[in-house]
Amino acid sequence: MSPGTVYTETTVYSAPEAWVIEAPYQIAIIELDSGGRVTARIRGGAVATGDRVEFIEPAATDSNPVPSFKKASE
Amino acid sequence: MRSVAVAGIGKTPFGALTAENIRSLAVTASRKALSDAGIEPGQVEAFYLGNFAGPSFVGQNHLAPYIAAETGITGVPCTRFEAACASSGAAFFHAWSAVASGIYDTVLVTGVEKMTSQTTPRVAEILAGAGDTAGEMRAGATFPALFAMIATRHMYEFGTTREHLAAVAVKNHANGALNPDAHLRKRITIEQALAGKPVSTPLTVYDCSLVSDGAAAVVLTSKPGAVRVAGIAQTSDHVALDRKATITTFPAVRAAGEKACRMAGVTPQDIDFAEIHDCFTIAEIIALEDLGFVPKGQGGPFTAAGHTALNGRLPVNTSGGLKSKGHPVGATGVAQICDLVLQMRGQAGERQVERHRRGLAQNLGGSGATCVVTILEAA
Repeated sequence: MSPGTVYTETTVYSAPEAWVIEAPYQIAIIELDSGGRVTARIRGGAVATGDRVEFIEPAATDSNPVPSFKKASE
Repeated sequence: MRSVAVAGIGKTPFGALTAENIRSLAVTASRKALSDAGIEPGQVEAFYLGNFAGPSFVGQNHLAPYIAAETGITGVPCTRFEAACASSGAAFFHAWSAVASGIYDTVLVTGVEKMTSQTTPRVAEILAGAGDTAGEMRAGATFPALFAMIATRHMYEFGTTREHLAAVAVKNHANGALNPDAHLRKRITIEQALAGKPVSTPLTVYDCSLVSDGAAAVVLTSKPGAVRVAGIAQTSDHVALDRKATITTFPAVRAAGEKACRMAGVTPQDIDFAEIHDCFTIAEIIALEDLGFVPKGQGGPFTAAGHTALNGRLPVNTSGGLKSKGHPVGATGVAQICDLVLQMRGQAGERQVERHRRGLAQNLGGSGATCVVTILEAA
């Protein structure tokens, strides 16, 4: 997925059953440079609306990865 | 098109009603509405049921005839409508259209949900089914998280604050404290609301509606009555937030509000009071804007200034709203209609408002994929 900009975000404290162990965690809607938006998990530090983010390539062993992004390196 | 009247209303209290099951709740509300209308079950020509997730919450399908027969209604079309939290709004819209078009003269519309027999994580999981389960929900979203992202963006674009959100909760709790049928009859302070436990930032527990059991019912007839449906519309949009062009306005709400006003021949400024779908505090703020009561971005300041309080210029959620009255999701749309009618009859007790000739109800499904707006007028 292309890099993008954080359109909006939230940190989830009250998580659904499947993710309780990871809470609190941040999710965001990313506006992709290539067009369109995607709802994704943020990893490696918090982001704010308007921040630039880059896609984290999933591990080859992950057959059904959750799309994840991190703050873009300067 | 014929004029349609709301001839009878009936509700159960909302709350954690452990002694009741989904059918007993729905039958109680249905019988109350029929008796209020002075109609026998045998006169009902069709039964419209709004229910979001009975099969998941209580493991029962085929709910419409299951409930109707126990109410004394058999032999006629009985159908369940599902549109997330707008399930009974959708049932009401289709019931109205059948009476307005002349197919039936007398129909019963009931909404019900039995939610509290499940654990909180399981309730969250079932509610998440009203979103895009393969997209946003898989990324770790919950319904509070979706509306939290809407709030974050609304704050970013318009400068809406945590205090604005808290003002919605404080006002709705104050109203609900006066409603004997409300789930949480408790006043709260701005300080309490601001210090609430975080659910999904920036939303705290005080920004989120309740998980409740309850049912509500109305009888619609083609006979002229004291309260008539002056305008109504049901609209739709994408389910997933990330498919929408903007998330700080809901096109489905705007369109439903405009259509309903046009049909009633009124503007938003002609509405005396409203029941608005405050599943989350930010939803009430955005609905005030999308329905044309205030300019875009002004929903928060309008609320904080007290204009939506019981004695304000536009009383909103005099019932306590979903926040305090409770939110048995499938019952909410019809419950809003019942609350409008109570005000219009002057039967709202301590929360009675002065101007109550024309009321508007807005029922939202999911994060804006279904909307039903109804305008009722006293004869």
